[in-house]
Order: sequence, then structure tokens, then C-alpha cells
Amino acid sequence: MKKTVFLGALTVAGLAAGASAAATLDDVKARGKLNCGVTTGLVGFAAPDANGVWEGFDVAVCRAVAAAVLGDGNAVEFVPTTGKTRFTALASGEIDMLARNTTWTFSRDTDLKFDFVGVNYYDGQGFLVPKSLGVSSAKELDGATVCIQTGTTTELNLADFFRANNISYEPVPIETNAEGQQQYLAGACDTYTTDASGLASTRAAFENPTDHVILPEIISKEPLGPLVRHGDNDWGDIVRWTFYALVAAEEMGITSANIGELSAAPGANPEINRILGTEGELGAMIGLDNEWAKRAISVGGNYGEIFEKNIGEKTPIGLARGLNAQWTQGGIMYAPPFR
Amino acid sequence: MTTMTDPPKASFQLSMLIYDTRYRSYTFQFIALVLLMLLLGYLGANLVSNLAAQGQNISFDFLSSPANYDINQRPIEYDSQSSHLRASVVGVINTLIVAFLGCATATVFGVTAGVLRLSPNWLVRKLMAFYVEIFRNIPVLIWILIIFTVMTAVMPAPNQFRGENPDASMLFDAFAFTNRGVYVPAPVWGPGSLVVVLTFLASVIGVFAYRRYATKLLYDTGRLLPMGWPSLVILFVPTVLIYFVLGQPISLAYPALKGFNFDGGLHIRGSLIALWFALAIYTGAFIAENVRAGIQAVSKGQTEAAASLGLRPKRIMNLVILPQALRVIIPPLISQYLNLTKNSSLAIAVGYMDVTGTLGGITLNQTGRAIECVLMLMLFYLTISLAISAIMNVYNNSIKLKER
Repeated sequence: MKKTVFLGALTVAGLAAGASAAATLDDVKARGKLNCGVTTGLVGFAAPDANGVWEGFDVAVCRAVAAAVLGDGNAVEFVPTTGKTRFTALASGEIDMLARNTTWTFSRDTDLKFDFVGVNYYDGQGFLVPKSLGVSSAKELDGATVCIQTGTTTELNLADFFRANNISYEPVPIETNAEGQQQYLAGACDTYTTDASGLASTRAAFENPTDHVILPEIISKEPLGPLVRHGDNDWGDIVRWTFYALVAAEEMGITSANIGELSAAPGANPEINRILGTEGELGAMIGLDNEWAKRAISVGGNYGEIFEKNIGEKTPIGLARGLNAQWTQGGIMYAPPFR
Repeated sequence: MTTMTDPPKASFQLSMLIYDTRYRSYTFQFIALVLLMLLLGYLGANLVSNLAAQGQNISFDFLSSPANYDINQRPIEYDSQSSHLRASVVGVINTLIVAFLGCATATVFGVTAGVLRLSPNWLVRKLMAFYVEIFRNIPVLIWILIIFTVMTAVMPAPNQFRGENPDASMLFDAFAFTNRGVYVPAPVWGPGSLVVVLTFLASVIGVFAYRRYATKLLYDTGRLLPMGWPSLVILFVPTVLIYFVLGQPISLAYPALKGFNFDGGLHIRGSLIALWFALAIYTGAFIAENVRAGIQAVSKGQTEAAASLGLRPKRIMNLVILPQALRVIIPPLISQYLNLTKNSSLAIAVGYMDVTGTLGGITLNQTGRAIECVLMLMLFYLTISLAISAIMNVYNNSIKLKER
């Protein structure tokens, strides 16, 4: 009897695995919840607040997609993933999308069979050191002990950087950001390296953030963005354009404050009208209704608002817009036209 | 008149496969085997077809491409340009290092604690019972983390050794205990050091030869040769002589604070110490129970008989009790060694780069070849476990009760 049940379960598992390759949109609608992979906790990007509600820069993307598809920004099941488990979780269908400061690389896009839908944060790898170490450049780190999150692109950049500069180091592999913080503060490593945004976020959680500096060298390009499984292009389009709706909204001046007014009736700007669904049928083209983008923007505001609220200069993380400003403001955030 | 008739020779019929008890068990075993193979075949086919649906395949080509990551503990030559295969080999050697150190230390801890648990001294007995109960009833992962955290938090960082009045100082100017591990002097092999090492190895063999000769002499003629001091003489005198004759070819490199870290000497990393020590005390607690059970399995009459022959307590233990107890101790000891080796895969918790950390961790992650990597891991652990089993079984056969 037990064996029969076991075999039955196996069959079901096999069938389910086969079927999950397509029609993620139908799955999400049927489930009524979006399964979104996030980090295990990185303040500002994705971390539960005091009430256990997830919030942050990456979380906002999940909520926008949930609002566009399901009409409710809270209809998200957040699945914490580590650097090691994130891709397996996405490939197996455990999560519908991954928004976990993941670097867009060639092999992840092609060999691992994922589709990056865009870049929500242009980042680069930096080094965090205590001021007392007396180091002002990463090139002075010869012989240093470096804490590094294992299973990330930063691990490979680190090896490349030290090899290119012909200096030695001792890597200390760690599993999570929290572990890295503990090791770094105990002095078990001289420096902690990860994406500069992550360093800023980690430093913000220190007791004395001013005792630590991020070295000026940025040793890599780390375009971080949400990604989906390869093969379901319709679902990829939804996530991609939901994200671009947030970016375009900032460019067009659609904010959470004026969105109600702008979407009440068609206005003077035809692109705003198309985004908000008061003109044209853009929603139908991606299998949603016409107000999808309006709902997505209403949840947390446009891209700029999300940035300022979670990681901007007024928050403890204190990141400047830099490259992540709109292209009209000297950055490289650029949404393709909505038409 | 009686007629002798052969029992009728039953011709084999198909129904006998089920109704005849001689064949029935084979039938069912065969059916079970077929079912098992079908199940495995189904799972394999399912895997391949699902991978194909995702556009992936099974391939081991990634093993020859450059690994691109660095490993801190490198027993063999390795850099970030070496292949994934070489990274796996580094991991394998690191696993073997911690497994070997762990097994040896656990045996010492276990045998000591096991014997002392039977001590007539109340305090010693209770202390050992406390050790056994506390260590085997808390998961080994927790012990690894506790030891590692205590080491990083309590030991001084290398820069505390700096300055005029440092907060920390080195032991005998040779040993540095830091939160990154322990730095000890390392031997430097100069020209001619090979001769010294060979002499030492020859001396070790010499000691065994002498002891064998002494035992044989004792059995043959009853003459008792001294064992202790001649062994020591054979072991050390030739080596020391050669060492000085060749002009001290082996010297020691002492660790010294240079740059960010100690330099020179041997660096035993905190991760290795935490893993090694945690595995050893955890498994040692189990071995202690095996040893105690083994000793208690030898009947009291043996002790009394030995005592009535006039043997002293220490000799009773060494000559009568332990040889018999070993027969009971060795089989469960094999399982403990296997457990320790497999538990060493918890290494990643403290960032020790064993094979699970390199092949099953970084390589798996960077190449995305999960199935291939996990298959290789399984194969490795299976091989190493079977090898340990085989070696220990040979030993077990050599000490088990010889029935003549």
C-alpha cells in the first residue's frame, strides 16, 4: 500500500515537473498568489520589517508584478533564497520569478536557461574595510583575508581582480550576508566584498557605520535584475514590461500621488495614456486588462519613488542614484517606448 | 518382498514457481528486482526527458574548463585558472584530511573516555558520563558552529599582535593563536633532509622488528628482553645522529606578523580546527559508549581468572580484556568512522573547502550542473565509505576470534 502511494506521488511529481514549463501566468492566476524569490534578508533590498512584512527595493518589483497580474500587491508569497538555492528554486518552478539582486551574466542567461527581463539596479563590486586598517585602495590589500559570499559572481571577480593586479589574498567563504557581517566585525577577515549596494546596506546595520569605509575601486559590472525561466516568453514579457512601466512612469512624471488623477481621463500625453490604459489596448497584448500598469505603479510608486523610499540618500542605506538615474538625468535607466 | 522404488522424479512445472516453497522466494525476489529496475528506469527517463524539455543535457565537459575561483586551503598546487576537476580534487583531499584527523582524534577521545567511564573513581566516572551525554545528544552541526563562533569571538585578531604593547602575544614566539586559525612553525626541507626522513622511517621499522624478535625470544626461550628503552634508542638515536652529521638540513620557519596576516609557518585555519575538533568530540562520545560496551561484554570471570594467575590490573586490561573487547568494539567503530567522514560534509557551515564546498558548492553553482555534480559527490562518498569499511574489515578479521 505504501509503495503504491509512493509510486503515485512520483508520477504526479513527474507530470507536474513536465507541465510547469509553460503558462506561468495561468498557474499564478489559478493559485491567486505570486511566488517570488528574494534574498534571505538584505536591508533595503528585501527584508521583513518588524511586523514580518517583506519590504525593499527588490520586493517592490514582486509587488508590482503581483498587482499587475492579480490586482493585489500583497498577493505575493516571498520565498527566501540563498546565493546557492536561488537558481534551483527558479528552474524547478518553486518560484515564478526571482528578484534577488542577481547579476545578469551571459552563462546564466544562456546556459542556465533563464531570461533576465531588465536591470533594476546597476551595481559593481566593492570592498568594505574598517577605517583603522589604514587602507585607501583595494590594490593595497596584498595578503589580506577577504570574506566573500560563496556561489556568487563576486567570488569570480575577486579572483580575477587579485590575479590581474598580481597580489595575493586569502578567501574566507561564507554562506549568507549575516554570517559575513559577523566574521567581518569580529576581525576574522580584513575586508568584506560584495556588490557596493549590498555593502552600503550591510554597513547601515552596523553599530558604528562611520568606522567603516567602502574603498573607491569598483572591480566589476554587476547589472542586477529580476529574472524568469527561459521558455515562457509571455510570462517574461509581463514581468519585463511591468518593470519598465515603473521606470517609464518616473520619466513621464507619473507618481503615486498623481496617478489617480492621470488615469481618470485621457490626458494630453499619449504615452501616459497608453501606459495607464486610458488609450489603446496595450494590456490585451500581454494577456492582462488595460489597467495593469496603473495597479503596478500604484503599489509603491514609480521607480524613483521606490528607490528613494528603500535605498535612497534619505534612508540609512544612503545610496545615490548615480548610474540608476533616468537617462534624462544623466543615468542609464531607459525604458523602451510604450506603443 | 519389498520393492525399492525411486521417489518419482517430479517434472518441473510452471505453477511450482508459486506453490513450491523451494522456488517461491526466488520468484518474488525476481519480481521485486524487475519492479525496482523499472522504477529506476522510469526515474532516469523522467529526468532525461524533463531536462530535455528545459533544453539541458547531462554532460561532464565543465570539469575541464577553468574554475575561476580561489580556495584558501590548498594541499596541492591550485589557482583560479585550474580546472573544475582540480578544484574537486583539492576538495577531496581536504575532506580526507579532516576525516583522517577526525577519526584519529575521535578514537583517542573515545577510548580514553570509554575506559574511564568504568573507572572505580566516582568523580572520573561521572565526568566521563557527562561528556558522553552532552556531546552525543546535541547535533554535530551545532557543535561545529559553537566552536567556530567561540574561536572567532574569543581569540584575538592578528592586528592585536601589533604595536609596542600588543593586546595579544605569541606563545614561545612560535605559536600564534588568532581568530583566523593557529599559526605554528613549519619544517623547511633543506638538501639532505630526505636522508633524515628515510633514516627515521627505517628506525620505525627497526623498532617493530626488535619487538617482534623480543616476543619470539620470550615465547621460545622464556628470556624477557627489556622493551621500553631499547625502542626509544632505536627510534631516535640514528635519526638524531644523521641529522647532525648532515649539518641540520631540516630547519623551522616561524610565523611572523607581516602585512595583514601572519606569514611563514603553517596556518591551521579556524574552519579546519572547528570542524576537526567538533567531529572528534562528537564521534568520540559515541566511540566511548562502544568501548564501554565492548569491555563490559567480556565476562567478569575472565578478569578474575587472570587475577588468580597473578596478573596485575594493567596487564589484565591489556592482555586479557582489551583483545577480547576489541572483537565487540571494532564493528560499531567502523560505522562511527563512516559517520564522521560523511558528517565532514557539514564543512560549508564554517567555510571549510571540502569536496561538498568545491564540487558540490561553488562548481555546482557557477556551472549550474547540479545533477552531474551531485552524482560525482555521491560516487565519491560511496567510494570513500566502502574503502574505510574494507580496511576496517581486514583489521576486524585479523583480531576476531580464531576458531580452530
